Amino acid sequence: MVEHLQTGGEEPCVTLDAFLEQSNATAVRLEPDEDARALIPFLDRLALIEVAFPKFRDGRGYSSARILREAGYTGELRAQGDVLVDQIAYMKRCGFDSFAPEKPLNPTDVEAALTRWPAHYQGAADGAVPIWKLRHG
Amino acid sequence: MYKYDEYDHAMVAARVAEFSDQVRRRLAGEITEDQFKPLRLMNGLYLQLHAYMLRVAVPYGTLDSRQMRMLAHIARKYDRDYGHFTTRQNIQYNWIKLEDAPAILEDLASVEMHAIQTSGNCIRNISSDQWAGAAADEITDPRPWAELLRQWSSFHPEFSYLPRKFKIAVIAADEDRAAMRLHDIGIQIVEKDGVHGAAFYVGGGMGRTPMIAPLIKDFVPLEDMLSYAEACLRVYNRYGRRDNIYKARIKILIHELGADEYRRQVEEEFAHVKSLGIDPPKAEFDRIAKQFAPPALNASAPDAIDRSDPDFAVWVDQNVAAHKVPGHAIVNISLKPIGGIPGDASSAQIDLMADLAERYSHDELRVTHAQNIVLPHVRKADLYAIWQALDAAGLATPNLDLISDIIACPGLDYCSLANARSIPVAQKIAARFSDLGRQKELGELKLKISGCINACGHHHAGHIGILGVDRKGTENYQLLLGGSGAEDVSLGTITGPGFDEDGIVDAIERVTDRYLAERSEGERFVDTFRRVGMAPFKEAIYG
Repeated sequence: MVEHLQTGGEEPCVTLDAFLEQSNATAVRLEPDEDARALIPFLDRLALIEVAFPKFRDGRGYSSARILREAGYTGELRAQGDVLVDQIAYMKRCGFDSFAPEKPLNPTDVEAALTRWPAHYQGAADGAVPIWKLRHG
Repeated sequence: MYKYDEYDHAMVAARVAEFSDQVRRRLAGEITEDQFKPLRLMNGLYLQLHAYMLRVAVPYGTLDSRQMRMLAHIARKYDRDYGHFTTRQNIQYNWIKLEDAPAILEDLASVEMHAIQTSGNCIRNISSDQWAGAAADEITDPRPWAELLRQWSSFHPEFSYLPRKFKIAVIAADEDRAAMRLHDIGIQIVEKDGVHGAAFYVGGGMGRTPMIAPLIKDFVPLEDMLSYAEACLRVYNRYGRRDNIYKARIKILIHELGADEYRRQVEEEFAHVKSLGIDPPKAEFDRIAKQFAPPALNASAPDAIDRSDPDFAVWVDQNVAAHKVPGHAIVNISLKPIGGIPGDASSAQIDLMADLAERYSHDELRVTHAQNIVLPHVRKADLYAIWQALDAAGLATPNLDLISDIIACPGLDYCSLANARSIPVAQKIAARFSDLGRQKELGELKLKISGCINACGHHHAGHIGILGVDRKGTENYQLLLGGSGAEDVSLGTITGPGFDEDGIVDAIERVTDRYLAERSEGERFVDTFRRVGMAPFKEAIYG
């Protein structure tokens, strides 16, 4: 299953500060150092949360994604920025369901990355049944 | 020992396939070295001074003879016929070709081994007590918990791009043989009112800013262990510093926040994480624990040891430790022959140790953080035969915990980070103190050498520590005294100005001479140092 690969926002995201100050926006962008928990009171009216990955090595966005999914967010959760094919499987496990990489990804590699893992050792935010549960039914 | 089931096999196979594909894309130029670096690191591949180095995981230091033989095979086939056992209970090979790495990982997978997360800014191989399951002082075998943590931390989607590397140790005895409080998380299984729980020490580490981990939670119910660890990591992943690589370890976060504030945040996170259902049920723990069931040892096996061969008796006294079952013993194989490279073993030696484990130690071996090997379950009646075989292979040096049982990092001979060589200094010290009578007179003396400030050689935790630095283009060695990685954990103090390679050996001799002059009955070196302080040693060194 290939997730939808975005090339740019069809709906402009507002910054977290702008969102918290006003707004009736339905799309918001989170930077790595921003607290995803600030959005929790508003999740039911958000359609898109874009989590920024300015550098692929900065893993804070993985926690942001899980926090949002664990709080019940069901809208689109997009990883944007330095998003590379070798990170997207983990991103998906953390709850991302769309990807807006700065540089286009090879669809064959994306397909391979997202279908690589036969199972998962630990529970995360993708609803996958962890191996320990598969073992014990 | 833990045996893979179909899931474990499938996961490691998927990882090998993934990494083979990544290597292919790298060799084809489809990904940059910058993009490839964290991927190869998470598969144990470093680019060193002369070649790639591959670090193979030995989970909690436990392996069987088949796995040990595979380590010998890899040394023979892909490297220069030897391997180097590390302070993280792993083994590393120094002369690997990138294009061979996928084949090596496939060979490893065939014996339920891998190099997953032996490097990179992720949760590393879980370390433990090398005497687990054999020591009389443990309240339980810590390894089933370590295995549970291994599985939880493998390919963890949230914690694979942490601010910095993350090391976890698990022990279950008051005597700390794993330097537990010098880990990012040190877990001690403890007992309270007849129930076992986990004490969490968080934020220890060595490196350029050494810290002893404070106690964050004295008793986490074991069924909450993974949730609690997840909470500890999530706070770190969100708030650990990413602006400065030297301040990115969790110890800095906890130091800056204070243990109380960090604990408050973890508790808050834990209250939430616990509701997610990520802790496996007891049935999963039981499935794992069953595989670590103690071997069937005959408690009425003869307890007497024929000590008529004096060389054998010396080795027994120094390298053999008490086993929890009468008639049995723990054999510690020193990889520190005088003049050798600490932690190195040839493929022939690795094969021999595998043979001995298969024949005499219920097919089990351990790697220790002091870079030695253990045969954990040996009948006392077999000790002489084992000693003879070890002696013939140059593996019977009777120096466990003595001054020549040196921990040393690879240093400037191999490592691209090093400022100074470690190995020649270790060799010179061992040569200076080669007389065994003199070593025994000095008693337990843990000497640890790092070739740079990153402290892979644990110099902060040495009774005597040596730190190699680069001083205006020449190698200079600083001397530290009074550290310990054991249950009496402490950090060493620098004596003063450093020395050149020969000067450091002379300085150590002056320090040990002073110890012999100062010590009271029954005191180890570190005890005397703690009692009398630095001044007499400083005087002995610098006059």
